[in-house]
Amino acid sequence: MENIKIFFQILVIFSLAPILPGIINRVKAKFAGRQGRSIFQLYFDLYKLINRGMVYPKVSGIIFKMAAPSVLAFTAASAVIMPFGGQSGLLSFSGDFLLIAYFLAFSRFLLILSAMDTSSAFEGMGASREAQFAVFAEPVFFMSMLTLSRITGETSVYGIFSKLSPDLWIQNAPVLSLITGSLFILLLCESSRVPFDDPDTHLELTMIHEVMILDNSGTDLAFMLYASYLKFWIYASFVSAIILPRHSDFFFSDSFIYMSGLFFTSVAAGVTESIMARVRLLRVPQFLLAAFSISVMAFVFQAVKG
Amino acid sequence: MKDFITGNLEEIEFLDRDVFVKRLSGELSLGAGVLSYFSVKYKEGIKLFVFLLKKSGEIEFFSCKADSKMPSLTPFYPQLHLFEREISEKTGIIFEGHPLPNPVRYENGLTASSGSYFKVQGNEIHEVAVGPVHAGVIEPGHFRFQCLGENVFHLQIELGYQHRGIENAVISVDKKRMLPMIETAAGDTSIGHAWTYAKITEALCEVQISKRASFLRGAALELERLANHIGDLGALSGDVAYLPTANFCGRIRGEILNITALLCGNRFGRNFIIPGGVEYDVDDKLIKEIMSRLDSAYEDAVSAISLLWERKTVLDRFEKTGIVSLEKALKLRLVGPAGRASGIDCDLRKIFKSEPYEDFESEPLTLNGDVFSRAYIRWMEIKKSYKLIKNWLSRLPQGEITLEIGPFKKNSFALALTEGWRGEICHVCFTDDKGEISFYKIKDPSFHNWQGLAMALRNAQISDFPLCNKSFNLSYCGHDL
Repeated sequence: MENIKIFFQILVIFSLAPILPGIINRVKAKFAGRQGRSIFQLYFDLYKLINRGMVYPKVSGIIFKMAAPSVLAFTAASAVIMPFGGQSGLLSFSGDFLLIAYFLAFSRFLLILSAMDTSSAFEGMGASREAQFAVFAEPVFFMSMLTLSRITGETSVYGIFSKLSPDLWIQNAPVLSLITGSLFILLLCESSRVPFDDPDTHLELTMIHEVMILDNSGTDLAFMLYASYLKFWIYASFVSAIILPRHSDFFFSDSFIYMSGLFFTSVAAGVTESIMARVRLLRVPQFLLAAFSISVMAFVFQAVKG
Repeated sequence: MKDFITGNLEEIEFLDRDVFVKRLSGELSLGAGVLSYFSVKYKEGIKLFVFLLKKSGEIEFFSCKADSKMPSLTPFYPQLHLFEREISEKTGIIFEGHPLPNPVRYENGLTASSGSYFKVQGNEIHEVAVGPVHAGVIEPGHFRFQCLGENVFHLQIELGYQHRGIENAVISVDKKRMLPMIETAAGDTSIGHAWTYAKITEALCEVQISKRASFLRGAALELERLANHIGDLGALSGDVAYLPTANFCGRIRGEILNITALLCGNRFGRNFIIPGGVEYDVDDKLIKEIMSRLDSAYEDAVSAISLLWERKTVLDRFEKTGIVSLEKALKLRLVGPAGRASGIDCDLRKIFKSEPYEDFESEPLTLNGDVFSRAYIRWMEIKKSYKLIKNWLSRLPQGEITLEIGPFKKNSFALALTEGWRGEICHVCFTDDKGEISFYKIKDPSFHNWQGLAMALRNAQISDFPLCNKSFNLSYCGHDL
């Protein structure tokens, strides 16, 4: 039974990941007074891309060819470790969030390498930005996880998620809201959304994530896009687990609660994107440092209290 | 004052080469601006003609016979920069001391690789080349940035990929086909260019169009300004990923274009302004329809654009981005909204107050030449244009809308100016001894302003380039002709 559940939840993660960006697109369209594309549009796009051939830049080598499948593989690996609903992921051990963080970091490393391999000035710029912002984003994640494990007394993601409950919220409301805030900012940054990046722009000089995959085409591009959807899913899961921490111990209702959390997080990202302009690129580190300060504040509150 | 001049070709003072150079630099040092500076090939040699707009609003002009080598005035008066390059490309005259004698439009066998590129040296300097093929549906142009990290030291803009030889084409075709050609000199400024051409023809056969026709022309020109300014503000907002204004302005621009289509059946106002007047008349019913549509579009525009000035995240992106100081703007002689945003009082509607702009006034604004200024000046002009159109249409006088255009004066010249939505449009025309057009020169405001964009990028962030570019929104085909 456990095996079937694990299999089922991995299937759900992999099949539903593209819906979340689809929801964001829909929310943005509604704000603009448009009907908007279907929330399933990204599936059609992926299908279309997978069926297309690939074009490689003449100057690129083996790294570029390997990058897209590897980026997807490492992102998918961290996605399957993520708990789902009230269930543990494929793996769960003390400090597993480090593994998740570094799987993602490694996939980012590969992405940067592949961008450099094209020797395009645009992609080099994007890679430099991505690397720079990662430096500021990582501490936000670890500080938040540290605080969460102090509150819950657990050191694995599954443990933390299962200890989060409405009661814990009543006791630690200020700390948990601060953590939610900093994780939400991290989510927007890591998944290249406004105000950090603009996924809809066609202007190469302003892009961060999109510019690094300019030379990817066909199946490679589908892999890269799909990896970014999974990444959104992973970070949204943290926010979702904190904002809807109710457990019923029934697999299906827990899954439903969890999915609702993801849904709300995506809607919130869509609303943010609709009412806010992008910040200046120079301001991005400041923004991330602010998120870091928020998580440090949460940690201090928790330390003083506990 | 009239915003056109005409006369016999012999009235153009013919000076010695050295006197010409001295006089030109003398006038420029007194603050005159170059309206047009070009070469004409004659059997006996190449002649240079220059038309200047003096500070007093007078138009000054003189000419000389060119030598194969001329001293370049660009180092002292950068506003001549492109004019000298253009003359050099067309005739082979070498302007000695010109800092960057690249071809402008790749004529006479010159190609994009005939030019040279400015290079900053250093280990950590990197060069970013953008274009001439761009993402999205925009025109071709080559931009080369010299960067240190995200910082831009220098931007070089090389255009010319849209060159189609419009100036030669218009004189080689039947007169009837001239208007549609000139309307496409810069497709988004059809009305501005058509009106300038119409002024030329009317000056050359001394026809004074009726008040009714000039009011209708004014309304069309201001509609063009409205549509483009609203579209630009939407695009600026889209560039900083602020969606509400971007979405609404896109739609409102379409509605303004549809109003233009009510006037003449074409959304860009093609074939509305013709030599001698306007092609289509309006009746009370149509005026009512235009007024009510304009009111609702304007109301929507006010609510959509006001958001821009309230939203802190937007203002943070606009303010202090891409500053062009008044000093630089004056040296380059920026025109239109870009010039006004840097603090130059350069509205031809205000300088000449020619019909139908007799009562035109604009309050001076203290702006510092950043993206915000270029956006805000557009907003001010939107409000102004709306009032102008309402005013003209509500008191439209009766009169003949089209007058007969007779044969042109022989051996004459004419110059006409119009404040298009991008700025000063200037056309110059010469006729021969049969009264046929023998020479036609078009200058789109973009010709002055591209260098302003390059200056806006000095020490700016490379990621702010698209925003700065949009805040100027210059024409590639208007520059390339």
